[in-house]
Amino acid sequence: MNQKRGFFAILVLLALGGVILAIARHVDTGTPFLPGQEKSVWLVEARIDFDADGGAVTASLALPEDQLPGYQLVAEQAASPGYGFAILTERRSRRAEWTRREASGEQSLYYSAQLVESENRDDNHANDPPVDRSRIVYWDEARELAARDLLKVARERSSSPQSLTRELIKLLDSAASQNAALLRSGAEQRSDLLMHLLERADIATRSVKGLYLEDARRRQTLSRLVEFYTGSEWLLVDPRTGAVGLPADFLVWTRGRASVLDVIGGAKSRVQFSMIRQTIPATQLARASTGEGLFSRLGVQRLPIEEQSMFKLLLLLPLGAAVVVFMRVIIGLQTSGTFMPVLIALAFLQTSLVAGLVSFVLIVAAGLALRSYLSRLNLLLVARIATLIVLVVFLISAFSIIGYQLGFSTGMTITFFPMIIIAWTIERMSILWEEDGSSEVIKQGGGSLLVAVFAYLLMENPLLVHLSFNFPELNLVLLASILAMGQYTGYKLSELWRFRAMDDL
Amino acid sequence: MGRAWVSRKQLKNYGMLGMNCRNVDFINRYNDRKLFPLVDNKLQTKLLAQEYGVPTPLLRFVVREQHEISHIEQEFAGLEHFALKPAKGSGGKGIMVITGRHGDQFVRSSGAEISVSDIRRHMSNILAGLYSLGGSPDVAIVEDLIAFDECFSGYSHEGVPDIRIIVFKGYPVMAMLRLSTHASDGKANLHQGAVGVGLALDTGRCLYAAQFGRPVSMHPDTGQALGDIHIEGWRDILLLASQCYDMTGLGYIGTDIVLDRLQGPQLLELNARPGLAIQIANGRGLLPRLRHIEGLTSNRRFRSEHRVDYAMRQFAEPEKNPPQVGAQVA
Repeated sequence: MNQKRGFFAILVLLALGGVILAIARHVDTGTPFLPGQEKSVWLVEARIDFDADGGAVTASLALPEDQLPGYQLVAEQAASPGYGFAILTERRSRRAEWTRREASGEQSLYYSAQLVESENRDDNHANDPPVDRSRIVYWDEARELAARDLLKVARERSSSPQSLTRELIKLLDSAASQNAALLRSGAEQRSDLLMHLLERADIATRSVKGLYLEDARRRQTLSRLVEFYTGSEWLLVDPRTGAVGLPADFLVWTRGRASVLDVIGGAKSRVQFSMIRQTIPATQLARASTGEGLFSRLGVQRLPIEEQSMFKLLLLLPLGAAVVVFMRVIIGLQTSGTFMPVLIALAFLQTSLVAGLVSFVLIVAAGLALRSYLSRLNLLLVARIATLIVLVVFLISAFSIIGYQLGFSTGMTITFFPMIIIAWTIERMSILWEEDGSSEVIKQGGGSLLVAVFAYLLMENPLLVHLSFNFPELNLVLLASILAMGQYTGYKLSELWRFRAMDDL
Repeated sequence: MGRAWVSRKQLKNYGMLGMNCRNVDFINRYNDRKLFPLVDNKLQTKLLAQEYGVPTPLLRFVVREQHEISHIEQEFAGLEHFALKPAKGSGGKGIMVITGRHGDQFVRSSGAEISVSDIRRHMSNILAGLYSLGGSPDVAIVEDLIAFDECFSGYSHEGVPDIRIIVFKGYPVMAMLRLSTHASDGKANLHQGAVGVGLALDTGRCLYAAQFGRPVSMHPDTGQALGDIHIEGWRDILLLASQCYDMTGLGYIGTDIVLDRLQGPQLLELNARPGLAIQIANGRGLLPRLRHIEGLTSNRRFRSEHRVDYAMRQFAEPEKNPPQVGAQVA
């Protein structure tokens, strides 16, 4: 009994500790317990990597403006030990500059910006007069001829700069046209190609580089769009789809011909972007990530955004694990593989629920059909599972390609499923099928999916996401509840059904 | 017929043992993990039983290596009938029963005739770990077939009826007879549709019977009334079960015992995680009996006779309680 009391005391201590730490953090950093009702804040981080030559280094990165269409910059920081840092403004464009007298080996510089979504989607530069139109690039004769032909057709089919641009993009995409094929085969990017063509039609253009914001993305590069001048204003167009106007969630990082990144004194330089969506108000976020208190130093917010977005998923895992324990110990659901449902739920977070469910069931069903053939080959277990892994990879590629051809871009997200886990699941289900019949497979498979869906719903809940990320210590409370359930000796809910015959006595 | 659910309170009143309670309060507490291999491996169980003089079906030979399989015919010479089993199989998986010879062919219990090469393939599957937990490499054991006691004729479809006794700290606490049916495909597992017949611990008489969690009064395939079942030599069977505690040191085990016409009761296998269905077959919960035994000031030097007599006295059925199944038949 004494032992039991000790255990109970530990549980209470853990749970209390978690809550007290969370409250202390709340008081210290002002992080609210509820996700903010305000507009969400995007943290965007640029990471510059290069190999320094050993001498003086100057790295210069183009920065977004304060007031962007759809977003407003509220704070920015640079982290780069040993480097001098300054933000320079020249001719209305801003650049970050890192400098150091001596550096060698691999270098990483970070710049991060906090942006608030704003209603104002007007562009300050929409009505700038076009300048600098003299830089026509000359092509060889064959390409010039092709360009002239293409422009002629486009001009005939259009009535305005907008429709001309639209027709040009359509013509460039057409597979039948030899002119288009010749132009496409050049080394230029599609956006440059479109710009050069438009310049030849006497339409002023600007290149726009920006990011499609999506939560918890890492290692993104800038996407290139094109702006053209209609005579009264600039319009943005996607050179691949021909869609005109500012895409939703598109953050304009920089405009014009100036380079994104210049590194003097280094080689192999590149810049990559990570982003994460925050649910706490910007002012408090700023305090949490720059404050001097103990809690703000120990917060996940202090990590580079690349790691933060990983933690966002990682800190949700205890929630999933607790759900599995609850479902198995208290409810008595059977699942195939103990923690497989959590991994499926994590995959659902990436794919969205319905698409995830459909593709998971499809893959496992197809895998089971293939496995029934494998069982005739008399293979050893390890070889059989390895074969299944190969087959699952094939299946996933096939589904992605078919899905893409049918126009579902969700087909691609199947790749988020943990393949080795899926192979094991198929193997286990198939043995279960042979030994205990299909009803058992449906029971366990359904149980697993039910637990996965339940875990997904919790892991997707905005409040729980907010709490788990901003108050990691609350996981101690979850830990206490898992430990408590580990000692539960009462009946499972399923046993009330299993022992129903006792009712008749 | 009752409702689809039974309340927690009712289960508690009947003293039903739940899965969580079994795992935490009994298996974790009384079964030392390092002793598990003694029961999870049938070969080890058998060798241990021979050491302690506990009767088990005679072990003919063991196949450990793949190359031994190629000249296996010589080993079968003179063996009319035998059972081929994986040492680490569970739930009756991978057991092949040969009941006779027909020329070069072997006759299986189902009546199908198979060749030596079929047996070789089966052995090779066993060695590869097809039937063992987690697919770990295994050995194949060949042992004598049980000459099934006449007292059970008409009570079983294909398989041999076996007696499952739960032994807690050496005291038998509950027993049932498991009869395979057509629905269970000759297997003795209750969740697969075998009939479980609860046996009175003092007399070995039928108390109650259930299939698929519902009470039954006769064997679903043969129509034999189950209420008449009375196991002869009941005390010897309980003694055999009780000795398994001394033999393994595991506090909470399920013993599977079969009756041989010539040799008497034989230990077939042991289970360190015995199921809960025995409670349904008995129409009562295990918990009051387990708690009673737990409360005894136990003495490991008590002989099995002492423990069996104590259990038979303590858990005796009251006289006035007529066999339930018989009542239903009438």
